[in-house]
Amino acid sequence: MAEIVIKNVRKEFGDFVAVRESSFTIEDGEFFMLLGPSGCGKTTTLRMIAGLELPTSGEIYLDGEEIGQRPPSERDIAFVFQMFALYPHMNVYNNLAYPLKSQGMERAAVRAKVDEVAGILGIHDILKKPVGGLSGGDRQRVALGRAIVREPKAFMMDEPLGALDAEFREHMAEELRALHDRMGATTVYVTHDQLEAMQMGDKIVVMNNAVVEQFGTPQEIYDKPATMFVADFIGSPSMNFLNFRGKVAGDTSAVTMHDATFSVPQLREPFEGDMAFGVRPENIRLSDSAPFRAKIIATEYLGTTQIVTLETPAGEVKARISSQESATAGDTVGLEFDANTVTLFDRQSGRALKSELNEGVLHG
Amino acid sequence: MSSFSVTEPTNRTKWFAGTLVIAYALITMIPLVWIGLTGFKSPADAISYPPKYVIGSDSEAGFQPTLEGYVNLFTTRTRQTQDYLDANPPENWADEIVRQYDMVIVGPSKFGERFMNSVIIGFGSTFLSVFLGTLAAYAFSRFKIPLADDLLFFILSTRMMPPIAVAIPIFLMYRQLGLSDTHLGMILLYTAVNISLAVWLLKSFIDGIPTEYEEAALIDGYTRFQAFYKVVLPQAATGIASTAIFCLIFAWNEYAFAVLLTTANAQTAPPFIPTIIGIGGLDWPAIAAGVTLFLLPVMIFTILLRKHLLRGITFGAVRK
Repeated sequence: MAEIVIKNVRKEFGDFVAVRESSFTIEDGEFFMLLGPSGCGKTTTLRMIAGLELPTSGEIYLDGEEIGQRPPSERDIAFVFQMFALYPHMNVYNNLAYPLKSQGMERAAVRAKVDEVAGILGIHDILKKPVGGLSGGDRQRVALGRAIVREPKAFMMDEPLGALDAEFREHMAEELRALHDRMGATTVYVTHDQLEAMQMGDKIVVMNNAVVEQFGTPQEIYDKPATMFVADFIGSPSMNFLNFRGKVAGDTSAVTMHDATFSVPQLREPFEGDMAFGVRPENIRLSDSAPFRAKIIATEYLGTTQIVTLETPAGEVKARISSQESATAGDTVGLEFDANTVTLFDRQSGRALKSELNEGVLHG
Repeated sequence: MSSFSVTEPTNRTKWFAGTLVIAYALITMIPLVWIGLTGFKSPADAISYPPKYVIGSDSEAGFQPTLEGYVNLFTTRTRQTQDYLDANPPENWADEIVRQYDMVIVGPSKFGERFMNSVIIGFGSTFLSVFLGTLAAYAFSRFKIPLADDLLFFILSTRMMPPIAVAIPIFLMYRQLGLSDTHLGMILLYTAVNISLAVWLLKSFIDGIPTEYEEAALIDGYTRFQAFYKVVLPQAATGIASTAIFCLIFAWNEYAFAVLLTTANAQTAPPFIPTIIGIGGLDWPAIAAGVTLFLLPVMIFTILLRKHLLRGITFGAVRK
């Protein structure tokens, strides 16, 4: 059980800055996702929490205690590695018992504890086997078992499903989430898969280029992106950006783009210059009467919905509409946008303009 | 099998490869067999022409096996008058063997001592090279060391000229330091020669061990050193075993420095064996016996570690 506070943490490897001053709070019992493309600093952040890397500056608090510079053995945090890192010269039982032996626990107590964990994970029948011959799923379970066996304050997981094949991932993801809900322990989970993050996480931190871009619940991240990067990284297909140049007043709720006027959530700051009008594919409707015209380039049938790719004066746009609606490539149609879902971005910095919609959620 | 497979050899290629390997093995083993046989011949049989090679046969090519060579190897003997021989009957079977040349055993030879010197110096320097090499290799593999590449190159460069090229400076240095003809001196010398091999070999092995294992151990509550010897060492066992064999083979066979730097006290077997003098010329059976015994430790060591050695040689080529 633990609350983890990351405060202005920075990590440099020589001249390379892996993580720039980052701050966020992981609340007790949360399933917390660190999401971002590879090389964004998410794994480094995780390793700093676990103590496998020491921050260059900044503090890490575990239940109010500063642990940033302590060795991992003094932190009581478990770590599940992407490649599992089961000790190859030991059998499953000894892998599970290893963290307990380091605490000098008595043999009978170790046996009882390993038994209990094996029961939770359903791996009783493989306890005597060497880890070399195990299937991916069983290795994953043993790796989890080694993490939960000594009841640590928190779990760190570095893309634990990355080494499994797609079919099995989903199953393991459910198992993982169920295990977390049952144990209620704080879990920090690194992934580059936005679907996984949305599906499993209570909270998500999105990182890019060593910087925390946004931090919030999956809904906040999806509906109220703080930056163009987040808007683009989350969702499939990702958010559409209609590019235009213009000027908006600090309290307006309408914006003029390529001679058409659209209503948007009321802005909280004025802006002038290159902007992007961000709208998710499912918030676009095709309408014959709408003045903003676009030409259908392609359609992609997905069962209940279809993805329609359109050419507009402001660039290419993808819309997700019902498969019942007709859309034919080559036709010209009008576009309407769900006014209260739109986010305007400063194209130069990628930052979302403050508005009624994203008030109070902006970070990074 | 009618279908053609790229990876599965056909029966014919298997048969051909097998024959080739066996033939090669037989050819390379001829000198070994010859040495082994010669050790059990009498001096006359050892140099007879045509050679004799059938044990216990009365035919032209046969010879009666005898332990003469081994007795001569381990003893010193003196010629005695017939009166003395008559007055003192043979004390044991070995004595009986030497009586046929009107000789008696007066004491042990230096061979046992020289052999032990080889064991002490060979295994001592192997242990030291592998021990230091493992620590150094681990450090080079895992820690950020300033000028690591230059240091590694420096370590390798000690092998770039034949060690014997520095024999004279070492000879003078050892005399000044009092290391000449001492076990410690030879152990240090062989360790110095072997350490570059050990560091480089072991570094590649340790590089191949994912750091996650140690990190898992750190997370599991162990210190860096505990993680090293509980997790890394068992993983590196293969590399350590094959490195140890290479080091031992070098130290065991080394001749030039042993001739130069050792005499009465720390002389190893290689310079000693050729000095075994018999009656009227070299005592070939005794020399052959010495060589046979000399071969055994490395053979046994290699056989004991052969599983590791095989995996060690293919390591790096095959990733699991």
